[in-house]
Amino acid sequence: MKPDLSVKIGKLKLKNPVMVASGTFGYAEEFSSLMDLKKLGAIVTKTITLKPRKGNPPPRTVETAAGMLNAIGLENPGIKVFIKDKLPFLKKIGVPIIVSISADNDSEFVELAKILNKTNGVSAIELNLSCPNLGTSRMVSQLDKATYRVVRAVRAATKLTLITKLTPNVTDIGLIARAATAADTDAISLVNTFLAMAVDKDSRRPKLANVTGGLSGPAIKPIALRMVWEVSRTVYVPVIGMGGIMNTEDAMEFIVAGATAVAVGTGSFVNPSASIEIVDGIKRYLQAQKIKDIEDLIGSIKC
Amino acid sequence: MIQIKAKLIKNIEVAPNYYKMVLDAPAIACAAKPGQFVNILAGDKFEPLLRRPFSIYNVNDSKLEILYRVVGKATELFSKKKPGEKLNVLGPLGNGFDLKTKKAKILLVGGGIGIAPLVFLAEKLTGKEILALIGAKNKKHILCVDELKDAGAQVKIATDDGGIGFKGSVTDLLKQSVRPKDKIGVIFACGPKPMLKEVAYIAKKHKIEARLSLEEHMACGIGACFGCVVNTTRGYKRVCKEGPVFDAREVIF
Repeated sequence: MKPDLSVKIGKLKLKNPVMVASGTFGYAEEFSSLMDLKKLGAIVTKTITLKPRKGNPPPRTVETAAGMLNAIGLENPGIKVFIKDKLPFLKKIGVPIIVSISADNDSEFVELAKILNKTNGVSAIELNLSCPNLGTSRMVSQLDKATYRVVRAVRAATKLTLITKLTPNVTDIGLIARAATAADTDAISLVNTFLAMAVDKDSRRPKLANVTGGLSGPAIKPIALRMVWEVSRTVYVPVIGMGGIMNTEDAMEFIVAGATAVAVGTGSFVNPSASIEIVDGIKRYLQAQKIKDIEDLIGSIKC
Repeated sequence: MIQIKAKLIKNIEVAPNYYKMVLDAPAIACAAKPGQFVNILAGDKFEPLLRRPFSIYNVNDSKLEILYRVVGKATELFSKKKPGEKLNVLGPLGNGFDLKTKKAKILLVGGGIGIAPLVFLAEKLTGKEILALIGAKNKKHILCVDELKDAGAQVKIATDDGGIGFKGSVTDLLKQSVRPKDKIGVIFACGPKPMLKEVAYIAKKHKIEARLSLEEHMACGIGACFGCVVNTTRGYKRVCKEGPVFDAREVIF
């Protein structure tokens, strides 16, 4: 029996539910000699902005208990250079390319969406409304009204499948998710990283130059699972779950909790081919359990 | 660049807290160049989570040698590994040292565990007149003297306590050793950041080219996460991808 692993996210049909998370997989080229990229369900690029961004000063990362903090600050070459230098390689892989975008204001978001809308080889847009390292007092996805406003503006500017990526640093994740679906997002992805910090007690300095950063890795998995579960039972659109997924078991937990697809983030740093090992692992699990279709498992949690 | 499970052949303490491990890793060993590094997992328990970068100390046929200092949880775990165990190794990574130089005289400067990539480098700098300056806390921590000599280098030692060689820092020894009439081609250096900053300053003063091997906290080691950047005259550059070796003139300390 060959189980059906395919899932739908908006207009996108993925051959399997495993993606790589934005910011953890570069522009895929870095991983090409280490794994068969074609086996991925989709690739989400590192976040692109309209103009190039220099990023934050180093140190930008620090390891913590079963996790790590990062404060990269969305270093990227800007949309023009991305399309010219990075997209040609991505296009050739033959899997859906989801371009993650971020901006300082609504009109930049709209401009980016318009550019991507007419760019060949882009399958979907992920709105990064949740980068914690930009020095702003609030992230867009910490406010329901701002989330609604940005998603709506971008929705009007593109026919591409639109995914909205949320921050977990909120009191009511369901409220923010509903604001995104009310503005017609095709899918919700969560979680981005948890705002956190690490301190050097001897030098009495923060370990990151940015002072605070985003926590990721196995340490956040239980909270991410709870949020994915909570959002998936709140909205009608598919939820892409992520947060500390290291192996097949983790991925299956997210799917059972309600994720239609999953993304491997920090896990790719530890094991560059973790994502495709998970694709094989899910296939084996379905075969062993005699489950014909992954859909039967999505949100199958009994509670 | 490949990811392999490499068998540990040897893992011995060569000085207090300094270890040498030998791995059976033919594909990495034959591709490795001086100044490149490998990224190794300490275990499969996700604690510590990330791989740890180690510069390549040397290669010997199919064997990859790593010289490392125990500084924390991960290196502590590495020091306890026994021959026969398999380690998950990713490499070779980064750009190695650019070996090209017109002049014959070469200076190597290694501080502490920064000595690690310099023996392999000395072996590959054939036909050059090499003077290696190595610095450490005390006599016990001076490593690789015989290996550097075997590679054809003259060796001068600096120790903080003066227990052997010059009493003082390796950069003070460098200042003494750089004479204008010497016409030195390149200074290759690896060590802690303050040392490298000083080397860059001395090199600039004497108008000598210096190639520095830098270190930063790394997450992926393959250029994907942009976590290990260093500030340069060309903007932030990734130590793992554009480095770890940089021209001293472009590094902004």
